[in-house]
Amino acid sequence: MNLVESFASFFSFADVNVRYVTLGSVLLGMSSALVGVFAFLRKKSLVGDVVAHSVLLGVCLAFIISGTKHPLALTLGASITGWLSMYCVDLVKNYTPIKEDTAIGLVLSVFFGIGILLLTSIQHSGNAAQAGLDNFIFGKAAALVGSDVYFFALIAVGLMLSVAFFFKEFTLISFDTNFAKAIGFPVRRLELLLTTLTVLAVVTGIQAVGVVLMAAMLITPAATARFWTDNLKIMLFLAMGIGALASVSGAFVSFAQPNMPTGPWIVLIASFFALSSFLFAPRKGILAKMFIQIRNKRQFADENVLKSLYQLGENGKDFLCERTMREILGRRDFDTKALKSSLQRLCRQGYLKKTSEGWQFTTEGFEKGKRITKLHRLWELYLTEILRLAPDHVHDDAETMEHIITPELEKRLEERLKFPTVDPHNTEIPK
Amino acid sequence: MIIQVPNPILEVHNLTVSYHRKPVLWDIDLTIPSGSLVGIIGPNGAGKSTLIKSIMGLLPTQSGFVKIFDKELDQVRDRVSYVPQRESVDWDFPASALEVVLMGRYGKVGLFRRVRDSDRQIALECLRKVGLEAFQNRQISQLSGGQQQRVFLARALAQKADLYFMDEPFVGVDAATETAIIEILRQMRQEGKTVLVVHHDLQSAAQYFDWIILLNMRLVASAPTEKAFTAELLQATYGGKLTLLAEISDLVSKGDYPLREKRGV
Repeated sequence: MNLVESFASFFSFADVNVRYVTLGSVLLGMSSALVGVFAFLRKKSLVGDVVAHSVLLGVCLAFIISGTKHPLALTLGASITGWLSMYCVDLVKNYTPIKEDTAIGLVLSVFFGIGILLLTSIQHSGNAAQAGLDNFIFGKAAALVGSDVYFFALIAVGLMLSVAFFFKEFTLISFDTNFAKAIGFPVRRLELLLTTLTVLAVVTGIQAVGVVLMAAMLITPAATARFWTDNLKIMLFLAMGIGALASVSGAFVSFAQPNMPTGPWIVLIASFFALSSFLFAPRKGILAKMFIQIRNKRQFADENVLKSLYQLGENGKDFLCERTMREILGRRDFDTKALKSSLQRLCRQGYLKKTSEGWQFTTEGFEKGKRITKLHRLWELYLTEILRLAPDHVHDDAETMEHIITPELEKRLEERLKFPTVDPHNTEIPK
Repeated sequence: MIIQVPNPILEVHNLTVSYHRKPVLWDIDLTIPSGSLVGIIGPNGAGKSTLIKSIMGLLPTQSGFVKIFDKELDQVRDRVSYVPQRESVDWDFPASALEVVLMGRYGKVGLFRRVRDSDRQIALECLRKVGLEAFQNRQISQLSGGQQQRVFLARALAQKADLYFMDEPFVGVDAATETAIIEILRQMRQEGKTVLVVHHDLQSAAQYFDWIILLNMRLVASAPTEKAFTAELLQATYGGKLTLLAEISDLVSKGDYPLREKRGV
């Protein structure tokens, strides 16, 4: 099968197995993303990790007691130890001098250690029913069957309804716990509920992606969504969408390449979304920030050129005559290449005219050069007069501020300094 | 100089509080008259925030009790408002200014119910009072420190309470915000509300408040401003380190001693 054929065949969902695996993965992707948002906002991102590692112990205990691999029994056992582990973290944190991160590390390894111990002894007991228990460690989405999917759906709907019902309460305890306590919200019980929801999401998710990757299922969609929105409701839907999309994609990869595992691919694709968001998200992304820095650098350079041209004009009181690059470089130490591109940009923007010998101000360019010079000198005066700085210390400061001061601040600055005419170095401040 | 008043709006009796087993407030006994603007003043680490947190039931107490409107806090929570320190929350939380102010209505709305249109109206009106109407949809991390503090104040106003506790509302705000806040506090007093403010600028304290609580691990004064603001009492609060008291606190903490003996032992 080529890629197009696999694509068509996968998304027809004709194969009942494909249907179960995809639907199951999507449900767990959405469930864990939903509760993950609150874990992320409460800065309890590692909580999912503790629960995931502790679940194995519960699964083994449930198997030993019930002797079956019935999903209900295993889920019950998993929930109990998962929940207990979070309780232990709180105990250690509250009653010993140990901090939360250390407590998490301690509890996680103790629970997981005992879990592995039990699992090994079960595996060597010769009980044939035990086959498949180790799926809980690495996960096996391809093994999902119809009853699993119904069970996942039930839990997913339960989680969504709970979050919809308690949205206001969960938001408040995530943002400002003390305020929630002060207005009399039952904060302890709400936290307990949120913990229980997290445990449920982890317990379902773990059968597909396994212990180790479960934390990523909780946190990655939330961290990704945060880059794109400042609205909590949108963030919740976005995180669920990312979780679902990663799950479908992961299921598809393992369908198209049968030797590829579903769970790790889900996590890898979710991480790919996260990485792309770190890079490309508007405003908060690394590229957006770099872009702003480049823009600032250019603005500073361009304005410095205009300022230098103005200052060259000040000497002979001839602002509009043409200037060569050599003259400009004599006034200020520009990087030659940067100066060239600044000059070209300023021509394009209509601040300068190219002449046969060099460059010349347009009226707009002259006004702008004058304003930058004025702001520089006004700021120097502000620093010496009002902040009492020594005159030989103020130049570097003014070099930056001249590019930043807004017209509104300029007006206030002039008023505060009573419309001065000369700067601290006795140079004229242009009108 | 500890003046007890009849029919107080707030009564703190014999309150002792430890923080990580270290006693930070000793036997606080005070009463506050209704309708006053109260400054809680003292040096760093004096227990100012601890005092209002333990009044609000946010910290466990070793001894004593608190009565508000002559009742237990739980019976009158909807008449009491608490403004935490601005730094106590993460302002990068995905919420708008209006959404944070709406949280002030949550107590009145009650658990599990949605905020109503009337709550939204009240929240908007409170944002207008603090001069942030134009910023209602602004993400809270994009507000300046002063604006964030005003959002917290608006949230408190939205609670429509009778007694307010504010933890350091003047920290990290610009002069304009400070004036705006004190103006609102005065207006609240005119409406008969009582406001307790943790504050650490002595200069402005005398001018802002009509009742002063001087605190440094123990209560030094609780009296009208002119009576509390004497050189002697300020000296007792700020000057002369409380070496002995601090050392005893350390001993209690290190030796893990109980601060109160059990009865009948």
